[in-house]
Amino acid sequence: MSILVIAEHDNLALKAATLHTVAAAAQLGSAVHVLVAGAGCAAVAQAVAALAGVSKVKVVDASHYADQTAENLAALIVAHSAAYSHILAPATTFGKNLLPRVAALLDVAQISEIVGIESPDTFVRPIYAGNALATVQSADAVKVITVRPTAFDVLEQGSANASIENLAAGPDLGLTQLLSHELTTSARPELGAAKVIVSGGRGLASGANYHALLEPLADKLNAALGASRAAVDAGFVPNDYQIGQTGRVVAPQLYIAIGISGAIQHLAGMRDSKVIVAINQDADAPIFQVADYGLVGDLFKIIPDLTVAL
Amino acid sequence: MKVLVPVKRVIDYNVKVRVKADQSGVELTNVKMAMNPFDEIAVEAAVRLKEAGIATEVIAVSCGATACQEQLRTALALGADRAILVETDAAQAEGLQPLAVAKLLKAVCDKEQPGLVILGKQAIDDDANQTGQMLAALMGWPQATFASKIVIAEGRAEVTREIDGGLETLSIQLPAIVTADLRLNEPRYATLPNIMKAKKKPLDVLKPADLGVDITPRLTLLKVVEPARRQAGVTVADVAELVAKLKNEAKVIA
Repeated sequence: MSILVIAEHDNLALKAATLHTVAAAAQLGSAVHVLVAGAGCAAVAQAVAALAGVSKVKVVDASHYADQTAENLAALIVAHSAAYSHILAPATTFGKNLLPRVAALLDVAQISEIVGIESPDTFVRPIYAGNALATVQSADAVKVITVRPTAFDVLEQGSANASIENLAAGPDLGLTQLLSHELTTSARPELGAAKVIVSGGRGLASGANYHALLEPLADKLNAALGASRAAVDAGFVPNDYQIGQTGRVVAPQLYIAIGISGAIQHLAGMRDSKVIVAINQDADAPIFQVADYGLVGDLFKIIPDLTVAL
Repeated sequence: MKVLVPVKRVIDYNVKVRVKADQSGVELTNVKMAMNPFDEIAVEAAVRLKEAGIATEVIAVSCGATACQEQLRTALALGADRAILVETDAAQAEGLQPLAVAKLLKAVCDKEQPGLVILGKQAIDDDANQTGQMLAALMGWPQATFASKIVIAEGRAEVTREIDGGLETLSIQLPAIVTADLRLNEPRYATLPNIMKAKKKPLDVLKPADLGVDITPRLTLLKVVEPARRQAGVTVADVAELVAKLKNEAKVIA
């Protein structure tokens, strides 16, 4: 039995989270196939075929997969599931939306957001916002799993010349229609892939301050911008900046938390960062308990100074 | 149109969870319990649809032990019209997994025929984020997860979804499943008169066997441990020291 990874892409380019999912799949010890379902997605299939660790790419190209809706994709995956012991997707909004639907159609459990693989049927996953780690064993014939991308390093080595096979499309269920997409466009690195993240919280006091102080610093460091839930709720920045239990989970080389107190829900999203810097006025803020380097003081003075000093 | 809102009893958002010494789970004894915060948002969304004259009845449903009646009473106090508890014993309640809950909810949907089911996108205990999508699959209905806006018109729902990198708006045919994200609304507080009124609203109790659903867990929980603690680091005096440490000690900037 082989492993099936569902590629996340936008028909033009492969999302980095897929690479981490392939790395997790490779740990399961069987051949890894990747399904690329989309419309006009040939370039994505080529990119997948060149990935280390992938032995076969299965491509389904039809207009009703263009929008990546869960209804049509789940039906397609289930129709092609017979040869697979495991079906994996990244634990992004794409994978989280899709895989429980696949699992229910197959009448199996879904295992969410794994961070470790103990054996082909036993997995480690965070619960309670990462305040506990559960080890679970699945008795189902097919294991349907979402993978936390930051927990698995991208494979550097391996066969990088997979064959590409075209599959027939499934039916268009016509249940869902995409009306619009409003993606935040930015010249900065994507949060999930950034080596450095500059993140702001309620301590910045306003959206204007957030942009005025953090953007020059992020420019200097070629960093992505993130935020705590408090900053998002206060309207400083849009929701897709949010890092934490209910937002994005990140693990960059350097995470700079500015004016963030460090609620457990926020820590859940960034505690695996390699180096954490906290800058906050309140010396008792919980963020200092996880920070490698803490600087207590007035961020309105510190951040401009830091931007100049770098 | 009836709107069904499933709600889950979880450890209160503000409680710091403790892992049991025998690694069998987290401590639930004498811990404050509450309705899952995302489910409160779902209840609020349903009640607003009723206030807008779109929903005719809001039915809250919970699956678990007898104590889940508390959360159902909260939903009733927030404006739900009636409640259904699918009651299990305490041991079964701890092992109740999303697939089993989705099957129980399907049985309730088959009976109640709602036009819309609104759920929280995830429960803050197991962080699974599965039940809504699974219920949609079992019903063969469309799904709109992570909703930040819902507009109902002409037998369809227009739902704005919070996705990685931005927003997406779907138009889905009803009946359908919507899961609520944080920014869908700000739930109201239950007022004392409404808490009193909620005590008189109907609350039916069913058993999984009445619904013909097998709730045997598919996943075995082998152990629960605390994550490795991060060592607290050092406090630096000023920007110059911070930059020096990042360059020379951590070597994360050039």
